[in-house]
Amino acid sequence: MSRRGSARVGAAPGRATATVVLVIAGLAFLYPLYALAAFAFQPVGQHSGFTLQHLKALTDPVRAYQYDQLWEGIQNSLVIALVTVLLMLVFLLPAMILAELRYRRVRQAIEFVCLLPISIPTVVLAVGFIPVYQVMWQATGSVAWILAFAIGIISLPYAFRPIQSNMAGVDMVTLQEAARSLGAGWFQTVWSVILPNLRRGILSSALLTVSVVLGEYTIASFLQQNTFQTGLALLEHADPYVASTFALAALLFVFIILVLIGAAGTIRRNRKVSTWSPSTATLPPVR
Amino acid sequence: MVAIDSNASAGSLTVTGTSVELVDVVKTYSGHAALSGLDLKVEPGEFVALLGPSGCGKTTALRALSGLEGIDSGSIRIGGVDVVDVPVNRRDIGMVFQSYSLFPHMTAQQNVEFGLRMRKVPAQQRRARASEALELVGLGHLSGRYAHELSGGQQQRVALARALVTRPRVLLLDEPLSALDAKVRVQLREEIRRLQQELGITTIFVTHDQEEALAVADRVAVMNAGDIEQIGTPEELYLAPRTPFVADFVGLSNKLGGTLVGGVVTVYGQPLNVLGEAPEDGPVTAYVRPEDVIITTDAGLPATVVSTSFLGSLRRTFVRLADDTVVAVQHDVSDRPEPGQQVALRFKGRPVAVTRQG
Repeated sequence: MSRRGSARVGAAPGRATATVVLVIAGLAFLYPLYALAAFAFQPVGQHSGFTLQHLKALTDPVRAYQYDQLWEGIQNSLVIALVTVLLMLVFLLPAMILAELRYRRVRQAIEFVCLLPISIPTVVLAVGFIPVYQVMWQATGSVAWILAFAIGIISLPYAFRPIQSNMAGVDMVTLQEAARSLGAGWFQTVWSVILPNLRRGILSSALLTVSVVLGEYTIASFLQQNTFQTGLALLEHADPYVASTFALAALLFVFIILVLIGAAGTIRRNRKVSTWSPSTATLPPVR
Repeated sequence: MVAIDSNASAGSLTVTGTSVELVDVVKTYSGHAALSGLDLKVEPGEFVALLGPSGCGKTTALRALSGLEGIDSGSIRIGGVDVVDVPVNRRDIGMVFQSYSLFPHMTAQQNVEFGLRMRKVPAQQRRARASEALELVGLGHLSGRYAHELSGGQQQRVALARALVTRPRVLLLDEPLSALDAKVRVQLREEIRRLQQELGITTIFVTHDQEEALAVADRVAVMNAGDIEQIGTPEELYLAPRTPFVADFVGLSNKLGGTLVGGVVTVYGQPLNVLGEAPEDGPVTAYVRPEDVIITTDAGLPATVVSTSFLGSLRRTFVRLADDTVVAVQHDVSDRPEPGQQVALRFKGRPVAVTRQG
């Protein structure tokens, strides 16, 4: 429905007001980013100017030892991100599909469990994890990807929501019944009918999970693991300029991810699914 | 909306009808009996409508037949073979749902091909048969469209083509027209009827709309509280309802008090014959159809016109009798009684259904 065609809501701001609010809010968010970028490219000890010397330092073999830990942290974070996404696809997604199609009564329980991590401070979670992970690391040696089980928990709400909202927009039960009535078994139904219609939710969920993993500091720090954020925090003492560059790069990365999610959403909107609703039904017939 | 080419050939989609039988089927949901010993026999190639108010078990019956819903006891036979333990994807049925059920990520053509793909029909043959099925429902030219690019009526036609393309033994229609607007609904129900007759496929159609059921089905089963109240041809149900529920549900009836003596009920002084088996003599309720009441200017039951409405080919007028009973009368549109006008009523004298009062 076009904005113009619909009746104006009483409290909706005018175009000019909206623009002013947007610009002010935009500046408030952009200024720190600008400051970060300006600092990253500032010559040492100066308050203005532009230099690429910090970027060049990254490739300087003499100073390589300074950045080793960060590179390793980035690698670890990427591995953790991959494992977290896999965990989400292997456990969360099938659980949600099953709950939607077969065990509708447990849907609320799943929602509760998935949103719970939001209400528990990460520090508390991390402290709770310490004894568990002590045992795990004793058993396996310190392997970074095991951290994915812990970080997977704090990314649950972000992984859950997009899939859930996607499910709400698709009449999965009817699609499933239609597929089965046409001869499809359970696997074929999920693979060729359900999953293609949840593509947008799964994609958003995966990308959000990746961005949560890349931004996670507390758990990794408490469990004394080296990830992108802990590496960044350490580097900040040695070379704050390069640390700023990486922080900026990470922000850009997440920004690109969000744009990708948005694009996926737009594709979806253009190919909008018609859903039947009681309001579209005609009046009951005259007896 | 494109009308279906009535010359389109049913071709390879023609099937040999299969009989369907539900025997003493019971299904309960947390203590509530949705189906309480339902018996239904559908002959090969027959079109049966399950008609009833919401909650009467008609959809449960259809879902039990399709295998989407399990049953507690009883037997379901398709072609004489018990299919209770056969899962839905192996029952060889075609189904059209109330809500739009086209797969949104597939084109109309791909939707129709889906069932064939599941049956591992070679691609070339699949395409040809899907095209033929789409042609049959008059949508050959829209095969490349996605569901959201089709109107509600078109989506249901594609769903129909999708259900028919696999040449199922039975076609099950679960209120397929209820999401459509009135005009498309009438058009599509006639097309469903034509297709069914052409293909010869045994069809069971669930609806709460009695007009729809009477218009399309060979036989209509009126359901109430998980069982069939009466099954018969549309004419039988309308002209000879066996129970008050059927008399009340099928068509519009005036429920008028009367006295039954020896198979003749006297309603407001006018004797009327009783349909079917008469109950014991005494006070009864007679179900008099609005078209069996005449407004006259001659002698008759005095009444006052309350309101009158134009229904296209006829007019329905409500009049109030001296005892405050309101009676619906159906008559020619050219007669235009004015509200407040004093008139007289007479019954045409056609037999009526009666039930004991109290």
